[in-house]
Amino acid sequence: MLEVRNISKTFNPGTINEKVALDNVSFTLNDGDFCTVIGGNGAGKSTIMNAICGVWPVDSGAILIDGKDVSGLCEYKRAPFLGRVFQDPMTGTAAGMQIDENMALAARRGQRRTLRWGVTSKEREEYRELLKFLDLGLEDRLTAKVGLLSGGQRQALTLLMATMKKPKLLLLDEHTAALDPKTAAKVLEATDRIVERDHLTTMMVTHNMSDAITHGNRLIMLNDGKIVVDISGEEKKHLTVEQLLHKFEEVAGEESVSDSMVLSHP
Amino acid sequence: MAAYFLSLDPAALGRACPGGIAQGLIWGIMALGVFLTYQMLNFADLTVDGSFATGGAVTIMLVMNGWNTEASLIFAFLVGVVAGLITGLLHTLLGIPDILAGILTQIALFSINLNIMGMANRAINVNTVHPLITSNIIHSTRTILVMLAVCAIVIALLYWYLGTEQGSAIRATGINPKMSRAQGINTGRMKVITLALSNGMVALAGGILSEYQGFADVNMGRGAIVVGLAAVIIGAVLGEAIFRKRMNFVLRLSFVVVGSIIYYLVYVFVLWLKFPANDMKLLTAIVVAIFLAVPYLKQQRQSSFSRIAKENIKKGLDKEVK
Repeated sequence: MLEVRNISKTFNPGTINEKVALDNVSFTLNDGDFCTVIGGNGAGKSTIMNAICGVWPVDSGAILIDGKDVSGLCEYKRAPFLGRVFQDPMTGTAAGMQIDENMALAARRGQRRTLRWGVTSKEREEYRELLKFLDLGLEDRLTAKVGLLSGGQRQALTLLMATMKKPKLLLLDEHTAALDPKTAAKVLEATDRIVERDHLTTMMVTHNMSDAITHGNRLIMLNDGKIVVDISGEEKKHLTVEQLLHKFEEVAGEESVSDSMVLSHP
Repeated sequence: MAAYFLSLDPAALGRACPGGIAQGLIWGIMALGVFLTYQMLNFADLTVDGSFATGGAVTIMLVMNGWNTEASLIFAFLVGVVAGLITGLLHTLLGIPDILAGILTQIALFSINLNIMGMANRAINVNTVHPLITSNIIHSTRTILVMLAVCAIVIALLYWYLGTEQGSAIRATGINPKMSRAQGINTGRMKVITLALSNGMVALAGGILSEYQGFADVNMGRGAIVVGLAAVIIGAVLGEAIFRKRMNFVLRLSFVVVGSIIYYLVYVFVLWLKFPANDMKLLTAIVVAIFLAVPYLKQQRQSSFSRIAKENIKKGLDKEVK
């Protein structure tokens, strides 16, 4: 489904701020894989997400989605293959537009934006059904401006929008990091349900080791722009936070473990 | 003082009002163009100072050469579209910041406008060509009615367009470009389309104004962006005050034109008070600055450091620290 082949990226090359963000990274995700990605600050977690999304071109290497090389496609041209949820709840939706309008934008991902009406009444009924799945009461607020929603509601809506048109790959970039623990758990639970329902191939970046262990069937740990740990199958199932912490300290040194990585949600 | 008030003629004010309304309606089309870029796209487009005059120059030259007055306006619109395209491409393809891209096109258009007219201004003989929209006081009712119809059509078209899939994509681009790209929207293209449309409307308004006054001048667009912003902001403040939460999108668009009419009625009134015409641009700038500042200051009053400081001093908190 997703094949990342030897990608590298250096920011500000040739300057004092030069930073090798990705160093010859390769990995493959199979159809239906749910891979969590962890690592310390500056390890390259978000960078690898941005590389896959095409926020900027990589320096070298290839990114294949469903066997098709997308390395040369810019961000909006890759969008049809990808569902994305961002860390900042403000990023994934248009605050000044209504809930139904936001969903209609997502429903047309990968299509030409024509002069047909932006959102039809038939679609509204479909959206109402979809929103019921979230169980946040949003189905009764279809024409409310998204800016009026809370961070958690916006994040749940973004998740729904990312998966309305079944993406080849769902990319979650620390999508619960900005939420309070209770809301974060709710959004994570919705994530699991949607991923399961639609058999989505998923990559989830997280700061939280316990989340990384309890979700998904594969775990990748990044450090200094390289994959340093790659665990899947039975080994992933039996993994504990202590083991993971130990592995992390081995490769990254004790001082790079932050509290938020160890603390789990109540 | 008494002599000054005695010199003011109420009848003259009444006579000047229809002209003010007509001009307000014409500039209303221009203000709707500004609304499109400034409010929908969050792009302060300074091209309009140039493209407004380009619309006027093109129209006057075509009419001088025997073109039909309405057909000339269609051509003015198309030339405006090209001007907007250039700003859009400077911004999206060449990475020039929005305001600078607009200024570059604007200053280039100054030379182009001089070339179109061959001199700084050109007039048509309104006694031989009879534009539908004219400052001739005999036809003031017709002029106002025609302009009302034109404004209604433009508002209806804009309302429809911004509700389509493409229009939604434009609004999303203005609000959140990152999200828009993630939803597969080509944000660069949306900006170019909007700038082209906006400048088309601005040039159309320039063309109508030149027919209305019977001439085009290379400086007729100077400060147009400020007039457009004034209309957009006055309209928005007024609309909010009257309709509050019932303010919908059609009303928002309509109040842009209302704002423009009010601006020109105030203009007429101030001139009637014998305010020197040379200082009108200064006055305009002050009015726009006030209207821009009011919402900010209102919000500042509700939550400001000095307010809480004063409140706490009242409670005697400053005496506690010893």
